[in-house]
Amino acid sequence: MMSTDQALGILFQVYQSLLVVLLAPLLTGWVNQCRAWLQNRNGPGLLQPYRTLRKLFHKDAVMAYNASLLFRATPYILFGCMWLAAAIIPIIAVDLPFSPAADVIALVGVFALARVFISLAAMDIGTAFGTLGARREMLVSFLAEPALLMVFFTASLISQSTQLPRIVDALAHHQFVLYPSLAFAGLAFVIVLLAENARIPVDNPSTHLELTMIHEAMILEYSARHLALVEWASSLKLFAYISIGIALFLPYGIAEVGNWGALPLAIIALMVKLILAGAALALLEALLAKMRIFRAPEFLGTAFLLAVLGLLIHFLLGA
Amino acid sequence: MTMTYTIQIINLLASMLLLIAFAMLTQRRILSLINLFAWQGLVLSLSTFVVAYSTDQRHLYYSAGLTLLLKVLVLPWLLHRLIRKLNVKWDVETLINIPTTMLVGIVLVIFAFNLAAPISQLSESITRGLIGIALASVLLSLLMMLTRRKAVPQVVGFLAMENGLFFAATSATHGMPLVVELGIALDVLVATFIFGIFFFQIRETFDSLDISHMEKLKDD
Repeated sequence: MMSTDQALGILFQVYQSLLVVLLAPLLTGWVNQCRAWLQNRNGPGLLQPYRTLRKLFHKDAVMAYNASLLFRATPYILFGCMWLAAAIIPIIAVDLPFSPAADVIALVGVFALARVFISLAAMDIGTAFGTLGARREMLVSFLAEPALLMVFFTASLISQSTQLPRIVDALAHHQFVLYPSLAFAGLAFVIVLLAENARIPVDNPSTHLELTMIHEAMILEYSARHLALVEWASSLKLFAYISIGIALFLPYGIAEVGNWGALPLAIIALMVKLILAGAALALLEALLAKMRIFRAPEFLGTAFLLAVLGLLIHFLLGA
Repeated sequence: MTMTYTIQIINLLASMLLLIAFAMLTQRRILSLINLFAWQGLVLSLSTFVVAYSTDQRHLYYSAGLTLLLKVLVLPWLLHRLIRKLNVKWDVETLINIPTTMLVGIVLVIFAFNLAAPISQLSESITRGLIGIALASVLLSLLMMLTRRKAVPQVVGFLAMENGLFFAATSATHGMPLVVELGIALDVLVATFIFGIFFFQIRETFDSLDISHMEKLKDD
């Protein structure tokens, strides 16, 4: 028999997963809307991503005649990976039954799995652009991944655990301490977030200019429901990354273990943080200029070094 | 209780000092380099102020004020004026391979932290862990002086090095006597003036601020 606590845990796990899937396009819409405002445009409105998704789901899928099973399966794998990642991260509460299933290293692995499949699918058709996009994606991500791991290690050293719920617990629900090492890790994380989510200094999510695009080049061959799933998965990925950022650097408000009463407050806190984070992301994108692809290694190298510096500072100062 | 919070704030400011030292190492534009130097001065002044507050030492307030006046306002203003007059405001320096420089920087930081560990055990002050950070930022500024080829960034490196030393003095030993601090402050100011005159001389002789011209001293 399940106790009520377990039942509640499962209930809220399902609730968090549904919330994330439904909210992710809204976050993308909000970021795009803020960007439009900052560029003195009216913008398409907050609900535009939903409209795009509906339109895409109602179309008939077109496939290249030489597309293999891998190409067909990839959108579903991608969506599944991102959804799983979002279920692992403690977004509204710490004590959810899914989160002990995987620690931060496995989380990085889930993101890597999605990346491998999308890159393979991009090369599957055999067009030049797909291959180009896949290679560039690999160039960016093989530099971003170690930086992300280093950021996680800094947080793990502070909280003595690689489990995200434990990290959140140590940072948010104990005595407030200023961690200089987390300041470095935070900067590094922002750089990784920009690079991994195809944001402006590294890639432009709204471009269709062939020579500069990375993410768009990879999904060029997808249409209809497959494209919808890929787009939805990118929204989910952005949501997951921002949630990781919140969990590591602004965890105040996430409900504690056994304290289900704090959930309404946690959801309100989450909304406020997401609105702020989305606006900050749009502002950052408006301020930065797209850099040459060969500058990207330097940019991501900075992230890695900042994260390493964070680790060193932690060892020196013990904080 | 308040004691621990002030230590945390000083630690945070120390990390920012190191971060700015790294940013200066990788900065290509002279103008942003000078702005970063001003920010470093501000961080230094704030940390001196916090040390003064936590240890209740009068003369450290003065030295915080002096730092603010000199390193955030006067020296950056002087440097801004200098690069405007020399017309090198938008100069972009071709550096030798920034990622390599950063890697060397990381190695220097590890070296400095290890070197400072036994020294800080001798100290009894509350903020002894900071000697490592101060030493690291001194070494990073030195690295910056070594890797730059133009004269102005080298001088900024020199001034940043002095920032690191000053931070070591305030954080580890809670400040030097006011007379010494005044003397150093004046020295830095005068040095900047003299450097300014040197810049003009160098440019007049070699038609450029690239100091690699100075390696050849023979007439031919």
